[in-house]
Amino acid sequence: MLDPKIPNGALPDKWTLRQYSAKLISPVNRRQYKIIVVGTGLAGASAAATLGELGYQVESFCFQDSSRRAHSIAAQGGINAAKNYPNDGDSVRRLFTDTVKGGDFRSREANVYRLAQLSNIIIDQCVAQGVPFARDYGGYLDNRSFGGAQVSRTFYARGQTGQQLLLGAYQALMKEVVEKNVVLHPRCEMLDLVVIDGVARGIVTRDLITGEVFSHAADAVVLATGGYSNVFYLSTNAKGCNVTAAWRAYKKGAFFANPCYTQIHPTCIPVHGDYQSKLTLMSESLRNDGRVWVPHQEGRDYFLERKYPAFGNLVPRDIASRNVKEQCDAGHGVGDTGQAVYLDLKESIVRLGRDVIKERYGNLLEMYAKITGDDPYQTPMMIYPAAHYTMGGLWVDYDLMSNLPGLFVIGEANFADHGANRLGASALMQGLADGYFILPTTIADYLARVTPNAEKIIYRREFQQSEIQINEKIKKLLSINGKTPVDRFHRELGALLWDKCGMVRNETGLKQALAKIPEIRERFWKDVRVLGGGIELNQALERAGRVADFLEFSELMCWDALERKESCGSHFREEYQTAEGEAQRRDDLFSYVAAWQFNGKDKAPTLHKEDLKFEEQPLAQRVYK
Amino acid sequence: MSKKINLTLKVWRQRNRKASGSFETIKARDIDTAMSFLEMLDVVNERLTQEGKDPIAFDHDCREGICGTCGAVINGQPHGPQRATTLCQLQMRHFKEGQILIIEPLKAKAFSVNKDLSVDRSSFDRIIAAGGFISVKTGQAPDAHAILIDKETSERSMDAAQCIGCGACVAACPNGAAMLFVAAKLAHLNSLPQGAPEKRIRARNLVSQMDRELFGSCSNAYACAVACPKQISITYIARMNKEYAQLNSSLSIDKNSRK
Repeated sequence: MLDPKIPNGALPDKWTLRQYSAKLISPVNRRQYKIIVVGTGLAGASAAATLGELGYQVESFCFQDSSRRAHSIAAQGGINAAKNYPNDGDSVRRLFTDTVKGGDFRSREANVYRLAQLSNIIIDQCVAQGVPFARDYGGYLDNRSFGGAQVSRTFYARGQTGQQLLLGAYQALMKEVVEKNVVLHPRCEMLDLVVIDGVARGIVTRDLITGEVFSHAADAVVLATGGYSNVFYLSTNAKGCNVTAAWRAYKKGAFFANPCYTQIHPTCIPVHGDYQSKLTLMSESLRNDGRVWVPHQEGRDYFLERKYPAFGNLVPRDIASRNVKEQCDAGHGVGDTGQAVYLDLKESIVRLGRDVIKERYGNLLEMYAKITGDDPYQTPMMIYPAAHYTMGGLWVDYDLMSNLPGLFVIGEANFADHGANRLGASALMQGLADGYFILPTTIADYLARVTPNAEKIIYRREFQQSEIQINEKIKKLLSINGKTPVDRFHRELGALLWDKCGMVRNETGLKQALAKIPEIRERFWKDVRVLGGGIELNQALERAGRVADFLEFSELMCWDALERKESCGSHFREEYQTAEGEAQRRDDLFSYVAAWQFNGKDKAPTLHKEDLKFEEQPLAQRVYK
Repeated sequence: MSKKINLTLKVWRQRNRKASGSFETIKARDIDTAMSFLEMLDVVNERLTQEGKDPIAFDHDCREGICGTCGAVINGQPHGPQRATTLCQLQMRHFKEGQILIIEPLKAKAFSVNKDLSVDRSSFDRIIAAGGFISVKTGQAPDAHAILIDKETSERSMDAAQCIGCGACVAACPNGAAMLFVAAKLAHLNSLPQGAPEKRIRARNLVSQMDRELFGSCSNAYACAVACPKQISITYIARMNKEYAQLNSSLSIDKNSRK
């Protein structure tokens, strides 16, 4: 049984107790310690900036050409906080309850409570950095509603909240770069985690411009490398998002938790052709003022409002997505493919006026018009669910440290806070809570127990061995010279997973996927064509390495989905549903986190369980009716 | 409904930063008009790969017009012919059968070419590092409502803050200037009360770094504002010049601070 090391004490006191019990490092000594932070999204940038401010030597890595471009930038709708400015009954307690319930009781209670507690100071911090959140005429901050909540607790900056929050974190990071507390390594991809004597001591990277493979040693390594939705090939993630860093850490001994929890977002622009390279999200915030419907004999069927009168169009994402799929599968879908439903702003435009709608969602509606050629102010939008976020990730304890000492995992890359389904506007909150406030406290506790020696440890042979392996793998990918371009394999894998391990899963399908994945992988290693060399900018080579990892990771994802013989949140197993077709949890058997340990190639992984206890928020069937 | 068109691409090919480049003519046949421009390049690259030819290197990531990674000059226009549209959001339905497209990287003295259409824009990061931030450390912030900001100010700041840092403004400018990029950052931060204490130092440091990076000056061509996919207003440049002029006439700032 895995121990998450949750502090004793009442739920509201746990974080305060941990802050006090954590060891400190004096300001003079901090500069002796080197910390590697991989990824510059909200979690990575906020962590690197804050650790830099505190005086540690920070090395920040990202594969993008600038740390301002990580995919947090694309988050549209907003960030939650329990400020209760609208006086509509919100509180830390309620944000906690909504999040635990939204996650269908598969998250860690203590982490979620801490997240809710920290939510308010995140808003303070971001405002101080100059994030231009929406305001009312009195000059006060405005809020809107998101799915899974009956209060308005979402702060937003038009439809570009992620962009503005990330620019705030990026600018905070850049101020530490000029102070020389942080060294940036853009266009640098982590290809391995180096573990020495059971402790994470560094990473090996490839410079994407020169192709050089380098080792970097540190006293602690922080992964903020995001999620793995791109395993489905088509997702709302950026093209570069990948599982490689997390997967390499897994292969070095870090446990991978709940890989089958993948969020399918209900409102995205539908697929239109086989050349399609990504799917575009239309923010959940549109469900504040938009109504979802399909045509019906007597006019329109507003199926979410009909089935869930209490929450209506604002049911959580997993429920909305499954209902959209259900309507399309039953033949009620619209558009050329029948794989779409309508999202209509018409009534809100009549009620509030075009200008108000434009102010709230202008950039989203423009984006929709650009892509589809339709004007959403005039005609209803067409939407369909798409892979969007992954709740699963590397296992971490309450301190956000993995089972490998010295390896911390933050943001979407870890697993802890969202359970089996994340609520809208909570990803930004979690990324920033981890990076600005939690990690800087907990990492000090770890570092205070070790002697800084990054300059010496770099000479250990584990670094060289890792470099050799990476170079061999690159050489291998370049030498296959088969017939099939990389993306073909990725598309094939994605289509398989979408079908067998997507919104709905069953035992037969998962077994079929598990039989098929090794076959695709084998073909990949025989027939992939990657041209060019290793010591130059080679984008096909970058993609090939990432797809190779997806071809391994996807097996673990399906395996986890097969083993979890219940339905919860985003993980919907057809065999386990209520009479009304809702997810049927089996708390007596599956109220645990499934953390998988790598045992070597072609060997079954070992399952470690972390028991989930719900002391404050009693287990209950989710009801949104 | 979508249809298929045939295009002729004349693409800038350059092996690396040191090599000299040239245009290569590539036929793009049977391009579905429902594709995005980058999806068209994906298709062309798959075909090149199958023919054993090096695919075209181009930067891209989010493909929803917000990360600022993509960008190329299409027939002389950064991000192509559609106003207020990044290259990844540009759809092929805007092109005609048989059209010739000249595709170049975002060129400027301060941006070097990494390979083909991929450019180095790290000069933008160095400009932000010079002062494109508010100096608040984690934990220092007062309550979010401690400072009220009137809606108009907040909206104006947001208009400027939308800049995605793609560099189209620089590539469009006959002088290779980054004035729109710098002015937008100054307008974002300097118009807010939180940004006020560092207002002047910020203006000075950003402009000095811009000069050090060998960006040119503004001569009112307005090409940047036309090219900007986020429609950042040219008026910010005038505002920046005003702030900078006031700064130079003021003696109160220690010229050596914060270097």
